Amino acid sequence: MIRADNLVKTFGDFTAVSGISFDVKQGEIFAFLGPNGAGKTTTIKMLTTLLKPTSGTIELDGLNPMLKQNEARRRFGIVFQDPSLDNEQTAYENMELHAVLYSVPRKVRAERIENLLKIFELWDRKDDYVKQFSGGMKRRLEIARGFLHTPKILFLDEPTLGLDPQSRNQLWTIVKRLNEAEKTTVFLTTHYMDEADRVAHRIAIIDHGKLIAQGTSAELKASTNSDSLEEAFLALTGESIRDESASSADGMRQMAKMWRR
Amino acid sequence: MSAIYILWLRELKRYMRSRVQIIASLGQPVLYLLALGFGLGPVFQRAGNGSYVQFIAPGVIGMSILFMCVFSGISILWDRQFGFLKETLVAPVSRMQIMLGRTLGSATVATFQGVLVFLVCLIAGFRPHSWTAFPQAFIFMALVAITFAALGTAFGSVIKDMQGFPIVMNFMVMPMFFLSGALYPLTHLPNALTVITHLDPLTYGIDGLRGSLIGVWHFGFALDVAVMCAIAAAFLSLGAYMFSKIQL
Repeated sequence: MIRADNLVKTFGDFTAVSGISFDVKQGEIFAFLGPNGAGKTTTIKMLTTLLKPTSGTIELDGLNPMLKQNEARRRFGIVFQDPSLDNEQTAYENMELHAVLYSVPRKVRAERIENLLKIFELWDRKDDYVKQFSGGMKRRLEIARGFLHTPKILFLDEPTLGLDPQSRNQLWTIVKRLNEAEKTTVFLTTHYMDEADRVAHRIAIIDHGKLIAQGTSAELKASTNSDSLEEAFLALTGESIRDESASSADGMRQMAKMWRR
Repeated sequence: MSAIYILWLRELKRYMRSRVQIIASLGQPVLYLLALGFGLGPVFQRAGNGSYVQFIAPGVIGMSILFMCVFSGISILWDRQFGFLKETLVAPVSRMQIMLGRTLGSATVATFQGVLVFLVCLIAGFRPHSWTAFPQAFIFMALVAITFAALGTAFGSVIKDMQGFPIVMNFMVMPMFFLSGALYPLTHLPNALTVITHLDPLTYGIDGLRGSLIGVWHFGFALDVAVMCAIAAAFLSLGAYMFSKIQL
């Protein structure tokens, strides 16, 4: 379903992703793990047509997303690392806007929105503005939106960042259920090893732009002689702390905070 | 098509829902109209140019449309910050459609704002030379709105953070307003100023508005419409190009 072959992305003389290859099968939940700045988000951006790879090939459901951009985009849903909702519109309007952008047929639109909002327990709040939602509710809404156009692949980039254990638990339960019910392939990144251990069928670990391990959680544990995925992860990636440079979006967020004061 | 519509609708909803902002954005035009209109009125009258409120009202309408357009354009910046821009940019819709939806949305909102300011001018004592003038004035309001909404989109696509906003306001928008003949007649100006005012796109929009509303033309209907259409086309292309270059 998702195939990357020798994928490379360089920014100037900095290599963010250097020659990674992997293959995700249909209906699989694939966890893509790595320390900050390892190249996870860059890889997701390339897979989702937001960045052009420097070299290497990508196949999504047999399509080259660079050549058939819109067809590829219709086949996947994405939940970004940072929020991407319209705060000034209601939950229902956010869903509706997405449905129109992804040309979900008018006949099934209302039914599918209602269905998903109910699954994600947001139906009671459908007419409230998103700006009044808590972090967990926003996340749920984004994931519900990601499923709206019945994508074959769902990308989740750190979907549980900043959520309480209850919300995280609920979120993964629903994602697993939908993965089974709709056969959606899920490609996720997270920093919570227990989550990856629990939901992912297969795990890949990336560090410094290179894939350093791939396999099931059990295989990774066995190959590093560790009891938990967290230990295995630390054994593979080392214990040094990584720094990431702030993007312009972070700067903006800071400005907005000052503004509100 | 439906993508353009839904993004157009979004701009309208945002405008209609922020009533406080609508009232607030009427403050500046009212200030210009009252403080300048009545403050400079006697001087203007003694110079033999008639009523200054009559003269300045079309300029104030044009100004409010211009500012509204630029503010809506800058809202791309907020969408970038709050992430909504990404949602539209990964959708299976061409950037052109997204840009058109947003731009036409802000143009519609700005035209509406122009009509509101027109009503405020009427309350302040402005009287168009004939009541049938309004449809023609409306055409110019729409043309000015589309032109500068497209320019606003271009600005919003280029600027990455809020620091860029004062630069746009002080070096692009304010000069465009002050050099457009919104506040003074274009006749008997120093040569340099004459050249600059003739290069300012807003000049033709203001002249069209003033001509339609009080019957005083500097360039004439045909030239104003032709120039505004040409500039609208140019700015729409520029806006579309800049928007297509946005990188996340």
